[in-house]
Amino acid sequence: MVKNEKLKVVLARVVLFFVLFLMYLPILVLIVFSFTKSTELGTWTGFSLQLYKDLFENKSLMRAIGNTLLIALVSALVSTILGTLGAVGTFYTKKRAKKSIETMTQLPVVNAEIVMALSLAVLFKAVNASYTFLTLLVGHVVLTVAFVYLNVKPRLVKMDSSIYEAALDLGATPRVALFKIILPEILPGIFSGFLISITLSLDDFVITQYLKEPSFETISTYIQKIVVKHPIPAEVRALTTLLFLVVLGMVIAITIYNNKKANKQLSAMNAKMRGVIK
Amino acid sequence: MKFKRKYLSIPYVLFMVLFVVVPILFIVYYAFTNKGGQFSFTNFVKFFSDSTNVNVLLISFVYAILNTIICLLIGYPIAMILANKKYNKSYVVVLLFIMPMWINFIIRTSATRDVLNWIGLSTGANSGITTMIGLVYNYLPFVILPLYSTMLKMDKSQIEASHDLGANSFQTFFKVIIPMTMPGIVSAATMVFMPTLSSYVISDILSEYNVVLFGSYIDLYFNQSDWNFGSFMALIMLMLIGISVFLTRKFSKDETGGRTSLW
Repeated sequence: MVKNEKLKVVLARVVLFFVLFLMYLPILVLIVFSFTKSTELGTWTGFSLQLYKDLFENKSLMRAIGNTLLIALVSALVSTILGTLGAVGTFYTKKRAKKSIETMTQLPVVNAEIVMALSLAVLFKAVNASYTFLTLLVGHVVLTVAFVYLNVKPRLVKMDSSIYEAALDLGATPRVALFKIILPEILPGIFSGFLISITLSLDDFVITQYLKEPSFETISTYIQKIVVKHPIPAEVRALTTLLFLVVLGMVIAITIYNNKKANKQLSAMNAKMRGVIK
Repeated sequence: MKFKRKYLSIPYVLFMVLFVVVPILFIVYYAFTNKGGQFSFTNFVKFFSDSTNVNVLLISFVYAILNTIICLLIGYPIAMILANKKYNKSYVVVLLFIMPMWINFIIRTSATRDVLNWIGLSTGANSGITTMIGLVYNYLPFVILPLYSTMLKMDKSQIEASHDLGANSFQTFFKVIIPMTMPGIVSAATMVFMPTLSSYVISDILSEYNVVLFGSYIDLYFNQSDWNFGSFMALIMLMLIGISVFLTRKFSKDETGGRTSLW
C-alpha cells in the first residue's frame, strides 16, 4: 500500500514535469540556440555571444523594445489612476448607476480584442483622427483599465467604512480622509491592477496593430511583420533569453513575497496564540 | 460645488462611454448601412448567402471546440495534481505553468512554429495539426489557473464520504469531483472557446494562412477597407460573446472569470 502511494507521487511528478517540458520546449530551443553564431535554428556552430551583440546593435529592434516599455508604463499609469478613481467613485454611487457602470466595466473584459480594436478604429475613422501615440494609448487603456477597477473593488468592499466616518468626525476633510484612510486600504488592489495592466500591455498585439502610428513599432508588431514570411530573426533568440530571465526573476520575487507574507501571518497567529494562553 | 466621493468616477465613466460603448454603437451603425451610409441589410444578406463566410465560421467553431476539449483534457489532471497536497506543496510549480503567458505572445507563437518546422512537422503541409498545437500551447495556462483555484476550494470530505459509502474511484470522479469543479470547468472553457474563435495571429503564423479563423477573417475584410462588412462580422462576434457570457453566468458565479485571480 505504501509502495503504491509512493509510485503515485512519482508518476504525478513525471506527468507534471513532462507537460512543463513540452510547454517550455519552443522557448528553450530559442534560448539554447541564442548562444551560438549560426542564424539557422538547429545548427550549433560553437558557443558564441554574437547574437547578443547583434541584438544590441539592431537599432530598430531596440527602438521597438523602448516603445513597448513606454506604452506599457504610460498606459498602465493612466489606467491605474482612471480605474482607481472609477472604482472608488462608483462604490459610493447609488445602486442603479452603480449597476450600469459595473456592466460597462465587464464589456472590455469579455469582449474579443479584435472587436475592441476594430470598434476603436471605426470611431477614429468617423472623426477623421489620424493614428498617433494618443490613439494607441486610448487602445491600451481600454484594454487594461477594467482590470484595475476589478482589482480595487474587492478591497473597497472588504474595507471597514466606519474608519472613514470616524476620520470625518475627528475633523478630517473628505479629501484628507480619502488620501489617509481609503488610499492605504486599497493600495494592494491598486498595485496588482497596475501589474496586470503592464503585463497585458506588454503582450498586446491586436490593439497595437490597429491603433498605432504606422512608423511606431512595438516588440510584437516588429517581430510579427518579419515572421509572417521568415523564421524568427536570430537576434530575437537572444531577446527571448533576456525576457525569460526577467519573467523568471518576477516568479522568484512573487514566491519570496508570498513566503514572507505567509511567515508574517504565521508569526501573527503565534503571537495571538501566546496571548490566548497567557 | 461640494466635494462628493461619487464624483471621482466621472472621468472613468466618461472614458468608458466614449471609448467602449460609443465604438460598439458605431459597429452596429456600420453593420446595417451600406457604403453610401444608407440603412440596409446588404451585409446581412452578403454574409449568409456566401457559403465561404459561413464555412469560416463553422471551421472556427470546430477549432474552438477541439481546442477547448484538448486543453481541458490536459489541464484538468494537471490542475488536480497541482491542487493535491500529496503531490505538490509549492506554489512555484503552479507559477511555472502560468509563466509562459508572460513571455511575449508573438515570440512564443513563432517559436512554436519554428521548432515544429525544425523537427520536421512542416506548417505548410500539416497546417491543421500545427494550428491545433499552437492553439493548445497558447491557451493551456488559461485552463489550468481557474481549474486549480476551484480545486483548492473543493470540499475534500465529500470525496472521502463518497469512498466510505462504497463508490469506486471512477464513480467518485464522475459523480462527485466533476460536479464540484463545474464552475472551474465552465470558466476555463470560456477562457478558451471565445478567444480561439476570435484569434487571428496564431492560425496565421502556424498555418501559413491555410487555416483562417473568424478573427483573421474579420481582419482580412477590414484591411481591404470593407468597413461595413467587417463591422457586420464584428457584430456577429459580439453577439456570440454575448451568448457565451449569458451561458457562463448561468453555470458559474465567478464574476471575474478567473482572469484576475493571477495576483
